[in-house]
Amino acid sequence: MKKVYGTAKEALDGLLFDGMFIASGGFGLCGIPELLIDALVESGVKDITIASNNCGVDGFGLGKLLETRQIRKMISSYVGENAEFMRQYLSGELELEFNPQGTLAERMRAGGAGIPGFYTKTGVGTVIAEGKEHKDFDGQTYILEKGIVADLSIVKAWKADDTGNLVFRKTARNFNPPAATCGKICVAEVEEIVPRGSLDPDCIHLPGIYVHRIIQGEHEKRIEQRTVRKREAV
Amino acid sequence: MAWDRNQMAARAAQELQDGWYVNLGIGIPTLVSNYIPEGVEVTLQSENGMLGMGPFPFEGEEDPDLINAGKQTITELARTSYFDSAQSFAMIRGGKIAMAILGAMEVAENGDLANWMIPGKLVKGMGGAMDLVAGVGRVVVVMDHTSKHGESKVLKACTLPLTGKGVVDRIITNLGVLDVVPGGLKIVEMADGVSEADLRAATEATIVG
Repeated sequence: MKKVYGTAKEALDGLLFDGMFIASGGFGLCGIPELLIDALVESGVKDITIASNNCGVDGFGLGKLLETRQIRKMISSYVGENAEFMRQYLSGELELEFNPQGTLAERMRAGGAGIPGFYTKTGVGTVIAEGKEHKDFDGQTYILEKGIVADLSIVKAWKADDTGNLVFRKTARNFNPPAATCGKICVAEVEEIVPRGSLDPDCIHLPGIYVHRIIQGEHEKRIEQRTVRKREAV
Repeated sequence: MAWDRNQMAARAAQELQDGWYVNLGIGIPTLVSNYIPEGVEVTLQSENGMLGMGPFPFEGEEDPDLINAGKQTITELARTSYFDSAQSFAMIRGGKIAMAILGAMEVAENGDLANWMIPGKLVKGMGGAMDLVAGVGRVVVVMDHTSKHGESKVLKACTLPLTGKGVVDRIITNLGVLDVVPGGLKIVEMADGVSEADLRAATEATIVG
């Protein structure tokens, strides 16, 4: 079993094709697979559909794939930080499917768990519910949402062992576990690959069964909204 | 006279009860954490995957792996736990969060809420707002009563695309507090220096009782 690759480019070798569907982890710029996104830019793969909560910012994260016009469609809950996104969307160059954040996370989780669809009350009575099957349970109305199965998942974790067991750090976990599970193939980038046996088996956040390829690398980890408080004057 | 942003946040903090798990939205709702009453312990949820949200970090102690749902740097507390986005919205949808305090663009007398989109102008997305209003135990909206042009934002029916239908329980504005009840809105209290006539004049929605 060899899951560890040298570079992001090598880890994506043989997995990419035009028109493919990719699920990505990350929330804002926190816990995003920076290195794999750069490798996607370099690969030139195009007409991609991406399921990701956000689409980066101008010039960073998934925003880089917008600038190169490699994305055909986004499935996201919030895209407010990205002027190029807005421009391409309003001009009709880019397709956008808004999903409520919890619906997007559950669609990924369900897809990875072999559940093709689920009923949720999120979005009932809004534009999100239009065209979807409605069903009542115990007097409350729900809508049918479908699970997501992607051709490829790209995720970022803090640590991995060589078998792909992953540990995340703080709120950088976010969409990474559900995104990882919903891909036919999952490639993970981490800050450190540690020797087998050095991660506590009771503290693995995502078991290696979901992770097929791993790379280690340096991450910029850009902060989107640096917010601080003043130290009290002593 | 009316309440300013901080006074609205302080009033909203009076809604909190000891032991509750609560989600605070972006903007004025975030300020509510500054006014949690003495003796009331609440645990703040951040829907990007955290329970037990602490204050902003001191300068130099920002951690890019630790942000809130508004993407601001924050800190953790002794009781903090982290989890993934699917788990986060499972607890929201599953009714485990007692209350959400959210901002609004418009609210209507039947409890409809619009706070995510202005067609042709603002297309940012709903984020977690639709899940929150559908799932949490109680929804309190904190907002300005009128627009910059003086038009009421407390309406008979929302004109903007909805975030949720019939989901709002209580509205706290710069002019006062109103509850959504059968047939319309009921005045709970007026802000400092605001008369009932002022409040009624600024409200398009039906006021009952």
